[in-house]
Amino acid sequence: MRPFSYQRATSAAEALRLASELPGARFIAGGTNLLDLMKLSIERPSHLIDINRIGLDRIEDTPEGGLRIGALVRNTDLASHKRVRKEYAVLTKAVVAGASGQIRNKASTAGNLLQRTRCPYFYNTDQPCNKRNPGSGCSAIGGFSRSLAIIGASDTCIATQPSDMAVALRLLDAIIEIERQDGSGRTIPIADLYKAPGTSPDVETTLAAGELITAVVLPPPSGGKHFYHKVRDRASYAFALVSVAVIVHDNGSGKVALGGVAPKPWRLETADAALPLGAEAATATLLASATPTHENAYKIPLVERTLGSILSQARS
Amino acid sequence: MRFDTPATTNPIDQLRVIGKPHDRIDGPLKTTGNATYAYEQHAAAPNAAYGFILGAGIAKGTIKSIDLDEARRAPGTLEIITYENAGPLGFAPFIPRTAALAGPRVTHYHQAIALVVAETFEQARDAASHIRITYSEEAGRYDLAAQYDTAPIAPDYILGPSEMRINDFDGAFASAPFQLDETYTTPPESHAMMEPQATTAVWEGDQLICWTSTQGIAVALGDLAAVTGIPPENIRVVSPFIGGGFGSKSFNHADISLAAIAARMVGRPVKVAMQRPLVINNTTHRPATIQRIKLGANADGKITAIGHEALFGNVENGWQESAIVPTRHLYAGANRMTLARMATLDLPEGSTMRAPCEAAGMMALEIAMDEMAEKLGMDPVEFRIVNDTQVSPDHPERPFSLRKLNECFRLGADRFGWQDRPSRPRAVQEDGWYIGMGTAAAIRGALAFPSAARVRLASDGIVTVECDMTDIGTGTYTVLAQTAAEMMGVDIDQVAVSLGDSNLPATAGSGGQYGCASSTGAVYAACVKLRELVAETLGFPGGEAIFEGGMVRHGETSLPLAIAAANGELAAEDLMEYGDLFQTFDQQTFGAHFVKVAVNSATAEVRVRSMLMVCAAGRILNPKTARSQVIGGMTMGLGGALMEELVVDKNRGFFVNHDLASYEVPVHADIPHQEVVFLDEVDPYTSPLKAKGVGELGISGVAAAIANAIYNATGVRVRQYPMTLEKYLSELPQI
Repeated sequence: MRPFSYQRATSAAEALRLASELPGARFIAGGTNLLDLMKLSIERPSHLIDINRIGLDRIEDTPEGGLRIGALVRNTDLASHKRVRKEYAVLTKAVVAGASGQIRNKASTAGNLLQRTRCPYFYNTDQPCNKRNPGSGCSAIGGFSRSLAIIGASDTCIATQPSDMAVALRLLDAIIEIERQDGSGRTIPIADLYKAPGTSPDVETTLAAGELITAVVLPPPSGGKHFYHKVRDRASYAFALVSVAVIVHDNGSGKVALGGVAPKPWRLETADAALPLGAEAATATLLASATPTHENAYKIPLVERTLGSILSQARS
Repeated sequence: MRFDTPATTNPIDQLRVIGKPHDRIDGPLKTTGNATYAYEQHAAAPNAAYGFILGAGIAKGTIKSIDLDEARRAPGTLEIITYENAGPLGFAPFIPRTAALAGPRVTHYHQAIALVVAETFEQARDAASHIRITYSEEAGRYDLAAQYDTAPIAPDYILGPSEMRINDFDGAFASAPFQLDETYTTPPESHAMMEPQATTAVWEGDQLICWTSTQGIAVALGDLAAVTGIPPENIRVVSPFIGGGFGSKSFNHADISLAAIAARMVGRPVKVAMQRPLVINNTTHRPATIQRIKLGANADGKITAIGHEALFGNVENGWQESAIVPTRHLYAGANRMTLARMATLDLPEGSTMRAPCEAAGMMALEIAMDEMAEKLGMDPVEFRIVNDTQVSPDHPERPFSLRKLNECFRLGADRFGWQDRPSRPRAVQEDGWYIGMGTAAAIRGALAFPSAARVRLASDGIVTVECDMTDIGTGTYTVLAQTAAEMMGVDIDQVAVSLGDSNLPATAGSGGQYGCASSTGAVYAACVKLRELVAETLGFPGGEAIFEGGMVRHGETSLPLAIAAANGELAAEDLMEYGDLFQTFDQQTFGAHFVKVAVNSATAEVRVRSMLMVCAAGRILNPKTARSQVIGGMTMGLGGALMEELVVDKNRGFFVNHDLASYEVPVHADIPHQEVVFLDEVDPYTSPLKAKGVGELGISGVAAAIANAIYNATGVRVRQYPMTLEKYLSELPQI
C-alpha cells in the first residue's frame, strides 16, 4: 500500500470539488474492492475522498413509477427494499447471489458497478496484465482462463466484469445518473457504462475523470417472472462461472442477460427476440460471436443449459 | 516407560473422564480472543518491528541485481535482509529442500528474496514494492503430465520401497475374468489453514525466543538451528496456540529464520507473517499425482490382482506423495504390484498435507473399487467386504492389531439407508436434480512416537501437565487434561495443561495423526511415576493405591491427594518409548464413508446432501473433539472432491490462484448434515490408552465416496479431481 491522504466529503458537490483539486484522487465508499487493491499496490491513489457521508443513500419512487437508487445505497438495503423484492425481483436475487452478508452490508450501489475484475493475473503484480499495467501483455491468454471471458473481450484482455448486480440492472435497462465537477449532470443507459477492452483494457468505463455516479434509475417495473441463476464452483461466496438473468412473460416473450462471460453484463436485444424460440436459439444469438479458450468453452453449453432450465421453470 | 507389550487393564479403563465429550478447556480463551497466537505476542515482545517477505517474481533463474536504494529510503524502513547480508544459511535435515532465502539462485516462484523490516506492516509492505530486482530467467519443468512417460522410479523413502511385486501380478491380471485399468489424477492442493505461518522473534542477550506457529516444537527448534547456525541451546521456541496446520507447519518456513536474523540485526523484536499469496507459493502444498490402478477379480468378487502405480513430482529429494501407500494395507489379493515414480519439478516445494499419501491414493483407489464393483455386478459395500483381510496384504505374516473395516461398512450401510441406493446410475431425479449415493473405505496409519511429559501436583491439589506438545486446533489440551485427571483421580477442572514450549519435555508434536496417542502416552507414563511418588509420600506401599475423587485410598485409609504435596510440590517426568509392536502388527485406523449427492441436471452443480462416516479408531478419548476432527477431514475431503485445486501456470511456473478468493474451499452452504459414528473398540497394541488418532482418517476416502455418488447420480464417471462441472457437463442428457 502506498501512502495516501484522506478527506471526508459531506456533499456530492464537495466530493467533486475535492476531486478536481486533487489529481490522483479516488472516491471511496464501502471500500470492499478498492482497499484490497490498494493493499496489493494495484490501485495507487494519492488521495481518497470518502463519500460515505454525502447522502445519496435512499431509494425513492420516480414520477414515472420506477425507482431512483442512490449511489450510496448499500447492497443489503437495495436487495431487501420492499419494491425491489416485489417488482424487480431479479435485482434482489442477483445482489444476494454476490459476496457475503458482511460485504453486502458495506458495498454501495455505484461501487458494485465499478468493482474491478477478479482475473487472477490482474491480482498478481509479478505477472503481465494489460489492464493493470498497459502494454505489458496478457497472462491469461494462453494461461489459466477457465473463469474468464468468452465474448466481448479482445486480444489484449479477456477479463470479466464480476458484478452480479450489474447483470440484473442491465436486464432492467437501468439508467446511470452522473454528476460533473461543474455541477451539470448527464445520464447514460447502463449498456453504455462499460467500455469494450479493445486495445486499452485499463479503461473500463465511459466515466470521465472527476465524474461521480449519483444514482441508478430503474424504469417502471415490467412484470413477468424473474430469475437469476448463478453457477459457481461452491454454493456461496464465489464469483460466477456464468450467471443468467431472465425476465419472462406469460406469452413467452422476455429478456435475458449474462454474467461471467464478458467484460460487461452481456445482453443483446436480438437475443431477447429469440427467447420465445427457446434456450438454444437465444444462446446461439447471444453467444454467436464467442471466441472461448479451450479452458472456458464449457461456458457456452453451460449458458444454454442454465437458460433452458430457467425457461422450463418459467413454463411450469 | 517402554511400551512393548500389549496394554492390560490400567487406570485409564475406569473411563470416568476419558471417553467423555468434554468441552475444550481452551475454548473460552479462543472464543473471547484471549488465546495469543504467534503474531500476537504484544505483551511478551513489545515494540516489535514488522517484517514483510518479498517473494521472487520468477520460478527459476538467477538474480542479476537487487536495488534496495529506494526501499531503504522509504518511510519507516529499518533494515532489508537479502542473501547479500543475511550471512550463510543452511538447510533443515528433511524438509524443506529449498533455501529459505533465494540468491543468487531462485529455485521456485515466491521464494523469499528479501525481508523488509519497518516500523509498521504497511511501511514494510510499501518499501518492499520499491525493491528493484533483475533476473536471468530460465525455463523450468512445471507440468507433471509431461513427464508421465519419462519419470524414473522414486528413490526408496521413509514410506517403504518404491516398488513391490508379490507373486505374479502381470499374469494374474492378464488372466483375470474381470479387469479394470484406469488412470486417475489429483491436483496440487493447499492446506489453506486460517492462520498463516508466522513468527515473532526476540533476542535477550545471546538467547533467542521465537513465538511461532508450528506443529512440532522440537523440529522447529532443531531446524531453525540448522538453517541459521544459532546454537540450539540458545533457542527457545514457543507455540501455545496454532490456527490450523494440516501439515503445513510440520516443518519450518522462511518466516522463522528470517525473523530470527532480522531481530538480531535491528536489535528489537521482529514479527513476520506469510501473506496469503506466500502461503500458496512460498510455502508447501500437497503435490499432484497421476495414478494408474489395475484390478483383476473373479466372478465371486475376490480380487486376484491389484496394482497401483503413482507418479508425483517435487523438488529433488523432496517429500514423496506416494499415493500407493494405502493399497499396501487395504484389500486382499494374492498378486500385487505397487510402484512409485517421481518427477523433478521447478514448482514450489510439495510437502505433507493431512493424510499425506493416503488422501491422494484413496481418491483414486476407491473410485477404482466402485468401478470394479459395477463390472462385477456387485454392491460396492459387498465388494469391499468380500476383499477384507485380517493380515497386512503385502506382509501376510503381519496381522492387523485390530481391523473392523467390515463392521464399519455394515453399520454404516444400515444407518445410512444404503439399501435405497439405486444400483443403476441416473435412476433417481427429483425437481431437476439427479440423486445418487456413494461409499468408500478409509484407512490411515496409527502411529505413536517417543514423547515425554512432566506432571506436577501442587499443595492445592491442582495437577499440572507440561510438555512441548502442540494443540493445532485438535483438542490436545483437553485430552491431555482428561488423561491426567483419569490417572490421578481428579476432576478435569483440577488439571492445568501447559503446552508448546521448548522448555518443557519434548514430544513428537502434532502430525500424521500420531499426536494424540503419543502425547497421551507420555502423560500416562509421567502420571504412573507421580502416582508412585504420591503413594510413597503418603506411606502407601507401591502399586496398590487407588486414586479416585481427589482422594488416594489404600486399604481402609483414604487421604486427599493434595496432602501428598503439603510439604512441597511433587513432580514426575517420563519418556514413553515404543517397542516393536508397530512392526509386529499392522496398526491402522479404518472407516467407511457414505454420501448422498444431488447433481443439477441442467448445470451439473453438485450439492452434497448428507454424509456419514463410521470410524474404527481404537478408544475415542473425547468423542466431541474426535468428532470435530473427523468432520473437519470430511469437509476438507469434500473440498478436494469438488473444488480445491492449485492451478499451475505451466508457462511461468507458479500456482495462479494464490488467495482464498480464488483457491476455493467449502463454505457452510456446501456442507450438509454430517454424522460420525465411532465403533466402541480398544486397541491394546497401540498405547496404554489403547487409542489411535483420528485427525486424518476423516479425509481418507471421502472424496472418492463423493465421486462415486456423482457417478451413481449421473452415470458419468470422472477420474480427474476436482470434479468441477465442465468435466462432465457435456455428458449429461440434454434438458
